[in-house]
Amino acid sequence: MAKQDMKKDVAVPALGFVGMIRWAWAQLTSMRTALFLLLLLAVAAVPGSVFPQRAVNPEQVAAYLTNKPVLGEWLDRFQLFDVFSSAWFSAIYILLFISLIGCILPRIKKHAKALRTPPPRTPSRLNRLPENGTFKIQSATESGITDEQIVNDAAMLLKKRGYRVQARPEGAVPSVGAERGYSREIGNLLFHVSLVGILASVAVGGSFGYGGQRVLVEGETFVNSLVSYDSFKPGTWFNEESLIPYSVKLDKFNITFDRESTTHFGQPIDFTAEVETRRSPEAPTQKETIRVNHPLRINGADVYLVGNGYAPVVTVKDGEGNVAFSGPVVSVPQDGMYMSVLVIKAPDAKPDQLGFQGFLLPTAMTDETGFAISGDPNAINPQLQLNSFYGNLGLDDGNPQNVYVLDTDKLTKLNDRKLDSGGIVLGAGQTYELPDGKGSISFDGLKRFIGVDINYDPSKRPVAIFAGLALLGLAISLFTPRRRAWVKIKNSVDESGREERIIEYGLLARGEDPRLESEAKELRKLLEQQWPAVERAGV
Amino acid sequence: MGNELPTINVALGQYSDLFMLLAAFVYAAAFIAFAWDMAKSSKLIREIEASTLAAETKVLVAAGVGKSTTVKSTPVGEELVNDSMDYVPASEKRMAAKIAVSLTWLGVLMHGFAVVSRAIAAGRVPWGNMYEFLSTGSFIVALVFVVVLLKKDLRFMGTFVIGLVTVMLCGATMGFPTPVAHLVPALQSYWLIIHVSIAVAASALFTISFAMNVLQLVQHARVDAIAAGKADKFPFMGVVPSAGALENFAYRINAVAFVMWTFTVMAGAIWAEAAWGRYWGWDTKEVWSFVIWVVYAGYLHARATGGWTGARSAWLSIIGYLCLVFNFTIVNIYFNGLHSYAGL
Repeated sequence: MAKQDMKKDVAVPALGFVGMIRWAWAQLTSMRTALFLLLLLAVAAVPGSVFPQRAVNPEQVAAYLTNKPVLGEWLDRFQLFDVFSSAWFSAIYILLFISLIGCILPRIKKHAKALRTPPPRTPSRLNRLPENGTFKIQSATESGITDEQIVNDAAMLLKKRGYRVQARPEGAVPSVGAERGYSREIGNLLFHVSLVGILASVAVGGSFGYGGQRVLVEGETFVNSLVSYDSFKPGTWFNEESLIPYSVKLDKFNITFDRESTTHFGQPIDFTAEVETRRSPEAPTQKETIRVNHPLRINGADVYLVGNGYAPVVTVKDGEGNVAFSGPVVSVPQDGMYMSVLVIKAPDAKPDQLGFQGFLLPTAMTDETGFAISGDPNAINPQLQLNSFYGNLGLDDGNPQNVYVLDTDKLTKLNDRKLDSGGIVLGAGQTYELPDGKGSISFDGLKRFIGVDINYDPSKRPVAIFAGLALLGLAISLFTPRRRAWVKIKNSVDESGREERIIEYGLLARGEDPRLESEAKELRKLLEQQWPAVERAGV
Repeated sequence: MGNELPTINVALGQYSDLFMLLAAFVYAAAFIAFAWDMAKSSKLIREIEASTLAAETKVLVAAGVGKSTTVKSTPVGEELVNDSMDYVPASEKRMAAKIAVSLTWLGVLMHGFAVVSRAIAAGRVPWGNMYEFLSTGSFIVALVFVVVLLKKDLRFMGTFVIGLVTVMLCGATMGFPTPVAHLVPALQSYWLIIHVSIAVAASALFTISFAMNVLQLVQHARVDAIAAGKADKFPFMGVVPSAGALENFAYRINAVAFVMWTFTVMAGAIWAEAAWGRYWGWDTKEVWSFVIWVVYAGYLHARATGGWTGARSAWLSIIGYLCLVFNFTIVNIYFNGLHSYAGL
């Protein structure tokens, strides 16, 4: 916290290279710069809440760039969609942390020295201190107590109150010097060192971790290997070898809906996934659950329940009568009643590939305007409403395709509400024959699926430890008062020739200390208990 | 099935709504009484000034001899309030303030009944949506205020604090009326109890220190104006302690609130880890909690930086509080984020 006063009207001598570096370092580690960087950090974080962020919502960023291409491009150029990994945000916090380290290192050194140094020498005039007082006690000849005894007893008394003491019986005015609250600075340093620890843990730990997503239909098993993930984001230093091959099978997924409340009817109140896990290929299976707020902790990784929906089981037969597709199809819920959209692709169908897109209605009803809607989130009357297509699905050119989107460019419509053939409406267990002998589709049953996030983040534990230490250090540094106290004995002879003995004390706060006054009162009380005042002299 | 949820008591929930409304009316009355006290006290100050003009010199001299602790610099109305904010004999004459405090206590009792009955009706903690954050949050602000009033004479803040409580409670009952219901699964966690309660308590403390910092700035400007020989534009500020005393008191409250806010952010991170799979993800709410934390950290540092004490650090505390209000209102309502299940 070096203070720099560069006055403009004073001719500044040439500093030279080393001098410049020193000057820059002193500037950077000054309290004023730290404060400025701190406030700048707060301001710099704000755009991160104003603009969508790639790390949080990549779809929203893409939508923003599509809707406002010109503005979006400029915002992107200034990394406003990646605020927290941007060059300018990083520059601020890296400078702040360098400034912080430059500030705490000398303070650690200084405090280590202070811890080994006795309390400061007794000031000659205690009445200049913010809290002080004197009182007269029996003289040495009256009580027979020596100065040394008083000094030692006063030192004992202060020591009991948590002061570090030094008795100074020698000299004309015997005294005790005392100081307490060294932990205030220790707490402060612990807090700041822990902040550096948090940052370092995030930086190092994060790069060894990974995160991925997977959709699991009831009955399916996830085995922890790269190919099992639907999407996967490795840290910089992630190594595929570090994936431990555990497995998670989804047995059943349960949702409880509110059926009592008139105002919140149908609001979900519980999601529970019943799973069967194996810690390793040889390990026995275990029955466990994954719930919101209760992830599955498995081999250091964590499996979180982040989404769910219905997966209708369908069978598609082609024009030649062969099964072209059979199995559950994941549908994407659109509202609280689980009206869901789905796409079915049957690339193996012959002579033409077949595609379907449409809705799943778990409880199909017709509303007053004649539209088909879902009346309940549970599958009371499940129904598929589909359009069908034949032709080229566009899967054969090798380009990756979104499984939830049907590319209808090279397809011909077979079924549609607007065509004579009409749309396909299928209840559970029903089969529909496609027009022109193109094949058939049947709705065989309904399963539920869950979406899980799988994370491995080795920074969690060190960050938690450093955060705990930071909180502890903060509390200590803000609530431990640092005080100095002195007690003196003054022996003299008054005008009438009588021996006089006066105890004088004074207290000084270092930093904020609203309770110094009550400490002074308490100290006086204790001193007077030890050596009763014979006559009040001052306060 | 995961867990059995208790049955909702609809009738009790309706009683709770009624008492919220009644409490809002009582607070409104208390607010008027506090405002009346402010208006009256400037007259009272003039009376005291006139009657004790002669005695005052003596008192000041005596104070100078007795103790060398602090030299008081409040120009007028010193007898109605002191810098330690203790109750002084002259303030016995403030009848309006006494009525206001009694009304506040009545309001707090009714408000407390409303909050507790809401919790019993729902069978859970009463902070699961915007209505409950506001109604419970305003209760904590009022409760902290009356409890501090037992020890310290902070009645000069009554107009502000009870005014704010009234606005919050009216905002809850009119802006976000929500019938009693179960919590959505994301909120079914004991971290809801820990994280939100500490956040609300910290916010209540920040509210009180904010009021003190605003008064500090007004008092500062007023004292400067009087020293420059201008007329006293805010005579009612005579019942408010000196700018320095307000600054110190606000600092002590802010220090406690800052530790609580740090804990709020950390508890939030632990909960986020369990709920969303990451302890920190720069969700809008997290961004603003971070901004608030950094601004108040700046405030604490400013108090130890040359040239930044006094009015400048008070401004930082005020900016921090405005961020807090922004985070609670605009971010909850308009910003899209993971905390958006606030019952809207």
